Amino acid sequence: MNSSAASPAPGPLVAGLVMARDVSKTFGSRKALDGVSLSVAAGEMVALIGPSGSGKSTLLRSITGLQTIDAGSGQIDVFGVCVQKNGRTTGAVRAARQKLGMIFQQFNLVGRLSLFSNVMLGALGRLPGWRGLLGVWPGADKTRAMAALHRVGVADYAAQRANTLSGGQQQRGAIARALVQGAKGILADEPVASLDPVSARKVMELLVELNRRDGLGVIITLHQVDYAIRYCDRVIALKAGKVVYDGPSTSLDTKQLIDIYGPEFEDAFWETKA
Amino acid sequence: MTDAAHAAGPIPKAPRKSLGAWALDVLIWGGVLMLLVYSVGDVDLGNIGKLFSNAESTQTFARELLRPDFTDWRIFVEKMWETIQIALWGTFIAVFAAVPMGLAAARNVSPVWVVTPVRWLMNLLRSIPDLVIGLLFVVAVGLGPLPGVLAIALNTAGVLAKLFSEAVESIDKGPVEGVRATGATKLHEIVWGVIPQVAPLWTSFALYRFESNSRSATVLGLIGAGGIGQVLFDRMNAFDFRDVSAIVVVVVIAVTLIDMLSQAMRKRLL
Repeated sequence: MNSSAASPAPGPLVAGLVMARDVSKTFGSRKALDGVSLSVAAGEMVALIGPSGSGKSTLLRSITGLQTIDAGSGQIDVFGVCVQKNGRTTGAVRAARQKLGMIFQQFNLVGRLSLFSNVMLGALGRLPGWRGLLGVWPGADKTRAMAALHRVGVADYAAQRANTLSGGQQQRGAIARALVQGAKGILADEPVASLDPVSARKVMELLVELNRRDGLGVIITLHQVDYAIRYCDRVIALKAGKVVYDGPSTSLDTKQLIDIYGPEFEDAFWETKA
Repeated sequence: MTDAAHAAGPIPKAPRKSLGAWALDVLIWGGVLMLLVYSVGDVDLGNIGKLFSNAESTQTFARELLRPDFTDWRIFVEKMWETIQIALWGTFIAVFAAVPMGLAAARNVSPVWVVTPVRWLMNLLRSIPDLVIGLLFVVAVGLGPLPGVLAIALNTAGVLAKLFSEAVESIDKGPVEGVRATGATKLHEIVWGVIPQVAPLWTSFALYRFESNSRSATVLGLIGAGGIGQVLFDRMNAFDFRDVSAIVVVVVIAVTLIDMLSQAMRKRLL
């Protein structure tokens, strides 16, 4: 959306997209996250990988405050503002969510609303209460929603109910919703796991384009290691709630993959081994 | 993910009902049977023969009923209409009250300290029969349709709030999280994430209650809460069985029409 985002400005200190320090989360007796610390800069494209149950989704959901982390020293900052501390979300979490588009595996559109209405919901965070409650959207926001739908290629289905659309169409609608939010970053939780390979590639390419052209920071959890390597510059791997790899995707080798996934690591490739 | 190691060895036995489960079944059904036998005397089941031995009075009664007298049909239809209006307003007020109560009583929307007291209130409203509430309101505001409206409103509010809250508890939480993740407020989440998911079911429940309320409103007339029931009661006391018969015909036709109408509406919704 803004043209100056093409290169990460070195001048003033730009607060990073996410800064997590010593984050833990326990479900019953199982540690989903175990002292995770990481920081992601504003314009990065980062893949979060790891076997199922390694804590990828939990981490993403904690960043946007859909989940609280364990009480203690753990803290999460989004764009330099603390959103979670000592096991509670702070008052700043709503403002932070507005700047972060969240893409879910199951799309999480409201099925009985039209695709257009779903995308309009992206404006809720910045409209005065009554307008958002009654669905009286300002004209400028409507135009913005249609532009977003046009950009992701599903403007033709704007009037259709979301639950009549295919998975790929719904997921692109979800991305359009993030665009209407005016998000500065996108968190995508297994965005392609429920899609066929063709739709999956389209969605991945869309996310890459938002990163490269609009300078949006993208953190994406992926089952498929080949997708992580192909589309993302940096990979963070989790195993049993701990960060076991954090570095450029190009230097992930077989030994490290065996470390992360075990000897059957090739199962974690969708198409072919890279 | 099928593992070759799991498939080896003898085929496991099919699950069997445990002895404890058998004993419980016998206890429950045996208990119900005993209760039925024990209650035969208390409900005067032995007197069922009077239905036939009293043949003469039964016959006059039946003969009168078979010859409905429609001379007062204007009054009957007018009063039937009043009954339907009682049901309509009673249901409308109930829906109004049940929406906030239903949301407040849903565990996935409201905190426990709200859910528990609201559920108590709902149970209280449902546990008092509308006939009893009606009697209280007749004392309070006098004879006429208003006590009927209020009685139906209170009772139905309790029933609908329970049905509404159960519908809310069975929604998919994904879309709600989708709305929350945009930076929306709690109220936005309910309006855009919850209500669209439950709207068809809620409407269907409300229409169904309107159907059954138009029957309840008829009965409420018996205690002086207006409508066709009051006329029915008066004619019954005056032994005008031919009028009673005509009134029953009017009620049956009206209730059937409402049933059909609301069924057609509900079908369109789901």
